Amino acid sequence: MQDFSQAFVQAFTLIGQADPTLIDIIALSLQVTFTAVSIACLLGFPIGAALAIGRFPGRMVLVVFLNSLMGLPPVVVGLVIYLFLSAAGPLGFLQLLYTPTAMVIAQVVLVTPIVAALARQVIEDLYGEYDEMLRAMNASRIQTICTLIVDARYSLLTSALAGLGRALAEVGAVIIVGGNIANVTRVMTTTIALETSKGELALALGLGIILVALSILINAGLFLLKNSAQKRAYA
Amino acid sequence: MLKMNSDLALLAPAKPFSAHLPIQFEGVHLSFGKHLIFSNLNLEIGAQGITAIMGPNGAGKSLILRLLGGLLAPTQGSVRFNQSNRIPRDQIGFVFQRPVLLRRSVQDNLLHALAVAGVARNERALRADALLDLGGMQHLTKSPARKLSGGEQQRLTLLRALAAKPGLLILDEPSASLDPQATALIENIVLRASQCGVKVIVVTHDQGQASRLADEVIFVHKGRVHAIQAAHEFLKNPVSREAKAYLAGELLI
Amino acid sequence: MTKRIRLLAALLATGLFAQAQASDKFIIVQSTTSTQNSGLFDHLLPAFKADTGIEVRVVAVGTGQALKNAQNCDGDVVLVHAKAAEEKFVADGYGVKRLDVMYNDFVVVGPGNDPAGVAGSKDVVKSFKAIAAKKALFASRGDDSGTHKKEQELWKAANVDVKAASGKWYRETGSGMGATLNTGVGMGAYVLADRASWIAFGNKGNFKIAVEGDPTLFNQYGVIAVNPAKCPNVKSELGNAFVNWLVSAKGQATIAGFQQNGQSLFFPNTGK
Repeated sequence: MQDFSQAFVQAFTLIGQADPTLIDIIALSLQVTFTAVSIACLLGFPIGAALAIGRFPGRMVLVVFLNSLMGLPPVVVGLVIYLFLSAAGPLGFLQLLYTPTAMVIAQVVLVTPIVAALARQVIEDLYGEYDEMLRAMNASRIQTICTLIVDARYSLLTSALAGLGRALAEVGAVIIVGGNIANVTRVMTTTIALETSKGELALALGLGIILVALSILINAGLFLLKNSAQKRAYA
Repeated sequence: MLKMNSDLALLAPAKPFSAHLPIQFEGVHLSFGKHLIFSNLNLEIGAQGITAIMGPNGAGKSLILRLLGGLLAPTQGSVRFNQSNRIPRDQIGFVFQRPVLLRRSVQDNLLHALAVAGVARNERALRADALLDLGGMQHLTKSPARKLSGGEQQRLTLLRALAAKPGLLILDEPSASLDPQATALIENIVLRASQCGVKVIVVTHDQGQASRLADEVIFVHKGRVHAIQAAHEFLKNPVSREAKAYLAGELLI
Repeated sequence: MTKRIRLLAALLATGLFAQAQASDKFIIVQSTTSTQNSGLFDHLLPAFKADTGIEVRVVAVGTGQALKNAQNCDGDVVLVHAKAAEEKFVADGYGVKRLDVMYNDFVVVGPGNDPAGVAGSKDVVKSFKAIAAKKALFASRGDDSGTHKKEQELWKAANVDVKAASGKWYRETGSGMGATLNTGVGMGAYVLADRASWIAFGNKGNFKIAVEGDPTLFNQYGVIAVNPAKCPNVKSELGNAFVNWLVSAKGQATIAGFQQNGQSLFFPNTGK
């Protein structure tokens, strides 16, 4: 119990001191996460949309498969990507192992299915409404996908946020492919894991509090952005 | 009210539609599973001008429109445009009974339609403006399309259907739920389009609308064409017995 | 709006890549979690960088994983404490040569109430026998690490079959030193730990060192440069610079200078 109250003290001290190591770690966490989620959205939205409007044999199988990919175990993904990026692996020549880029790759693999599966559901619902209208306009498949993605943008933002949450909280994959190297690939979650393994529970918990607060701030910020964008779109 | 020159520039079909007339249904069967809608439906729409399709509910009028527009394919038989089986989808504009608009502003809805139709980027804004002017909706340019009144939304879908300069305009009971003022605005635009050379096919329940707009009327009942007549003749003296009863206000069972 | 987003994206991407490519003068050292958790690297590496300008990136994992990573050529130098495994690594051609660097010792830590009655003992094998006899809880790393291998030797010497007791009084965590200590403290179980990890450990609860000072508890650290013949992309020159520095007078002195709470955690002992 004492650890909990200590944790809050630690959290506020760290923030108050603006500890430079902590700031670097937070910055890297945000860089990796936002880059990964952006790429995941660029990939996931069109994939989800294509699956939403597609009508072909085996479609339901693909949908179920995509949904189950949401539950990919991060540590397994990390291991697989390590084997690919390792010097002994097929992509070793890229020398990406133990770099933030490797962490982004791992998180893209984890987050894209989430974004795609949720996007598919959102867009499929919208497609039911717009289908006949778009066919009457003689819209091509690509035009249909673009129309749906743009019109569903606010719901898709929520899908992106789900992906963001997963990426920000993830540790299993990034610790294997990143190596948790100080000043290079150490992020919030891997630092928490490290401090826990050192028995520094209050510090680890304090960092955890900061991480949660960060997530709340990001979500609040995006929420406000979305609201003002909605207002501005219609003057 | 009729501004001929600017209207022509805006509404005249991009390509003359006479090349695709007459439209012929030959032995069209349409069924959904076990449910048979049409068996052996034959009709021909030849002349330019405005053709009205009338008939009691459930007669399949909306389905005829969808077959015309290529949104539905017949189970058997064929829909031909001047002997060709290819439906000129890119030259057909549609107005449905209930307006479906994008979750964007009025202007963006038109811009979207213009983009989908392949209109060059620098032309789109001008065309959208002209259309809004035609519809008397400039003051609503930036308003969210979904927040408009029923009549305004329907007017917008009509403007949208005309955005790509179609040769054929198909309307499915366009003013069914609208007040007289809104109806008048819609009819005005339809007439202007027709005068610029757009072929119009409209399904309507409203005898008054038929008399105001139509050149000819096709009367459909129970999956069969019962009459094709010039509009004023049909409304005064329909050839078919069922049509007479329908116009007199009877329920055709 | 979209222009701003694109700009932001570009900034993020370049920021990441800039970081990764910032300096090419670095090596990757595969080492163990216990070594890292002790804080040794935080003390050692800045000194090395000051002397040579070379940045050292430490990947701290279990001994088994460290050696495996090095076999995969994912490291330039290996620094672990499992002599037999290290010698095999070199014998199999993955490493150039094994050098002694430093040693510390293992200790057995246990709950304040000492259920097995071994506190103060200087005989670890006898203590292990007592723990087994009393069926007192024991948390093992169970992860094939240097510490774990040492522990297995001791049970063998004590003639105790721990496999049979696994899940009963013998608990295998399959984790690193820190996690195992957390688990041990949490369930009141004895743990074999290296002294450095224990001293640096922040969650001791009411645990104390129960057994220490037995010569069998000697824990030797070795450093090996990864063999460029097997791994053409290894940074041999920089890697060797690190190895040589560790066994040099300066390196050895820096190791000796690393203290916590006035205690040395590692004792340099390179005989080259």
